[in-house]
Amino acid sequence: MSKRIGMEVALAAAEAVGMCNVDVAAVYPITPQSHIAEHLSDLVADGKTDTEYVTVESEHTSMSICIGASATGARAYTATCSQGLMLMHELLPIASAMRCPIVMSVANRPVNAPLNILSDHSDIMPQRDAGWIVIFCENGQEVVDLTLMAYRIAEDKDVMLPVVIGIDGFILTHMVEPMVFPDQKEVDKFLPVYKPYATLHPDKPLTMGAFAMPDVFPEMMKAKDMALTNSKKTIIKIWDEWEKKFGRRYNPVETYRTDGAEVILVSMGSMSETAELGVDMLRDKGIAAGVAKIRLWRPFPIEELKAATKGARVLAVLDRAISPGIEGAPVYTDVKAAFYDEKDRPVIVNWLIGLGGEDVTGEDFVEIAEKALKAKKGEHEFLGVR
Amino acid sequence: MSEVNWWEIEPGNIVLEPGSTKEYHTGAWRSLRPIWDNSKCIKCGVCYVFCPEGCVSQDEDGYFTADLDYCKGCGICANECWPGAIEMVEEGG
Amino acid sequence: MSIIGNYDLYAPRLIDKKEYLASGHTACAGCGEALAVRLVMKGLGEDTIVSNATGCLEIFTTRYPTTAWEVPWIHVAFENAAAVAAGVESGIKALRRKGRIPDRDVKSVSMAGDGGTTDIGLQALSGAMERGHDMFHVCYDNEAYMNTGIQRSSQTPFGAWSTTSPPGEVSFGQRTWKKNVPEIMVAHNLAYVATACPSYPIDLINKIKKAKKLKGPAYIHVFAPCPTGWRMDSSLTIKIGRLALETGVFPLYEVENGKYRITVDMPDPLRPVGDYLKPQGRFRHLTPALIEEIQERVNLEVNKLKNKVNYSKPWEELR
Repeated sequence: MSKRIGMEVALAAAEAVGMCNVDVAAVYPITPQSHIAEHLSDLVADGKTDTEYVTVESEHTSMSICIGASATGARAYTATCSQGLMLMHELLPIASAMRCPIVMSVANRPVNAPLNILSDHSDIMPQRDAGWIVIFCENGQEVVDLTLMAYRIAEDKDVMLPVVIGIDGFILTHMVEPMVFPDQKEVDKFLPVYKPYATLHPDKPLTMGAFAMPDVFPEMMKAKDMALTNSKKTIIKIWDEWEKKFGRRYNPVETYRTDGAEVILVSMGSMSETAELGVDMLRDKGIAAGVAKIRLWRPFPIEELKAATKGARVLAVLDRAISPGIEGAPVYTDVKAAFYDEKDRPVIVNWLIGLGGEDVTGEDFVEIAEKALKAKKGEHEFLGVR
Repeated sequence: MSEVNWWEIEPGNIVLEPGSTKEYHTGAWRSLRPIWDNSKCIKCGVCYVFCPEGCVSQDEDGYFTADLDYCKGCGICANECWPGAIEMVEEGG
Repeated sequence: MSIIGNYDLYAPRLIDKKEYLASGHTACAGCGEALAVRLVMKGLGEDTIVSNATGCLEIFTTRYPTTAWEVPWIHVAFENAAAVAAGVESGIKALRRKGRIPDRDVKSVSMAGDGGTTDIGLQALSGAMERGHDMFHVCYDNEAYMNTGIQRSSQTPFGAWSTTSPPGEVSFGQRTWKKNVPEIMVAHNLAYVATACPSYPIDLINKIKKAKKLKGPAYIHVFAPCPTGWRMDSSLTIKIGRLALETGVFPLYEVENGKYRITVDMPDPLRPVGDYLKPQGRFRHLTPALIEEIQERVNLEVNKLKNKVNYSKPWEELR
């Protein structure tokens, strides 16, 4: 029987990991992820999950341990954010190139400098090109569901790629919400034991991580590129299966009141729920507004985004991280690029909000939408910066 | 030079065949080669132990010889041979 | 225990004849590291998984699409060989417990050069050793970052030329002495720490077997002469390893549960350090004064070691 429990979302994330029969977990604490690390330790200590919990000495080591364990055929997990994710940065392209189906919870937090322990997306954006699947959560239920589905996606023979589950730091991690936890038996049926493609074992010796010269390197890059692009259809297939089994639907791009919208906000992460409030306020004012919420950041859902925003005259892309020097932030530049070849392109503007944990309210979205409607071409604006 | 197509590469770029460097004959690097004088050889096996290529092997009579497909001509075997049974001679000589 | 030992004559018969490192690898002619790995693997056998750091060994054994390794092998990055091996050990442990792989001992071993062990790799090594994983680390010490072009490391000897510690108008070469990493490993309370050299193959293989049998972390520091980087003839690899022992520059010892023991006797008195320095081009620029300074330091280090050998007791006896 599934249970509906109210708890802190970070603890729920750990509970979800605990339901996934993870073999090796190597987690280094960093605010605001530490509750995940701690609660997972509790679950292991009480025997609620049979997992080798490695108390590593740095995030670089936690990712190294995940890669080593994954290579032996073990299901591996880690969690981090901010500086920890930056420290792992060196290893992320390696994990995806070596097709290690690791799952990592990222408690999205700003990167230094200056140091800030709250919430924004500047830690995940530099990992854009690492070749990982990146999925953003809006609320606690999504954290539970998407974490439970993560290994199923990662380990699928048509995917075999590591997955990030983005959980906005503090705003989501430290929120207490009611969430439905499926029954363990149902999860076990949905998530079978990991059957790896190839493993490190003397019964069948092989070499992983050979070096490559230009005669074959470009081919390897094409293979890596295609692996991520092609994973989208399997992700959607698995989300279809989840809906059939558990009744909750997930899409690469979610929409809210986009029908007939003149201006559509494009958001990602926890602010998407607040954007819905903003849209309700706008509609009450007679402005035809809607929000397209990107759930699947990588592989980028180009077709789904175009379908979700069809007919809108203006798109206001909300970014929670900067990309200095190009007068545009990461989500904006990717969205704009996606629309370049369209015959009827909307005006696309960029609004930076919620940086460093700055509070984001429904009124903020009203202000953004009203300003966006006046734009004639692309703009790169910071909301409320003095 | 690899001619493999991108979709033919093993996932994770793994190399499935152990010991596949054997296809590369490092013997072509050599400028000196070891010659054994079996009349002096005491069959101790030191040349076999100290070869970085692992290409020195023992025949049925117990004498040693280097696999010239791989021998790089480093000269360690000749230098370590107790009775001086190994001589390094010029390639092409 | 004799210095070179007549047993060297008969010992080859005791060595496992199987080769775990295939020929055709692209190490330099006379490479001490290649030979050391070949011998280490004879001590390890086939139930081994090797996690290798970036470096000479990784490069000369695994050019895609070939590999010289006959055992399972993984390379991830430069500074994390010990961490990857810890991950392999954890994975194997979990899979065995859950019945997903055969219930058979498979040893996880990390291998790295002096760079990947004592410099950039020190954090991962320290963490893995502290956590007590059932694995061990082998450091192949060729005393510089050889693969990237002979740049100095913390293991480069005092006065040696390297491309980042070259002698010149205002410099005499490497300014610092070898960082004593075996001592650091002993301080991690490892049950077994040892130094080894391919010039003494039986001693090396025995130490590997000891580390393999242990159920817990161990560390082996292997002297890996490099003709290319040390500027000497490729045929001198084994001789220089012997000279290193006979002059006291690289003593062979082991520390088992806190008890220090020299495993291959050094001559008394030691041969003068100049005998070791002379065949190597990287020391060619040294003045007699510098050689004297090196001699004094070598004497000191040997005395420190002998002191520990005389006074150390196994930890059991200190309870």
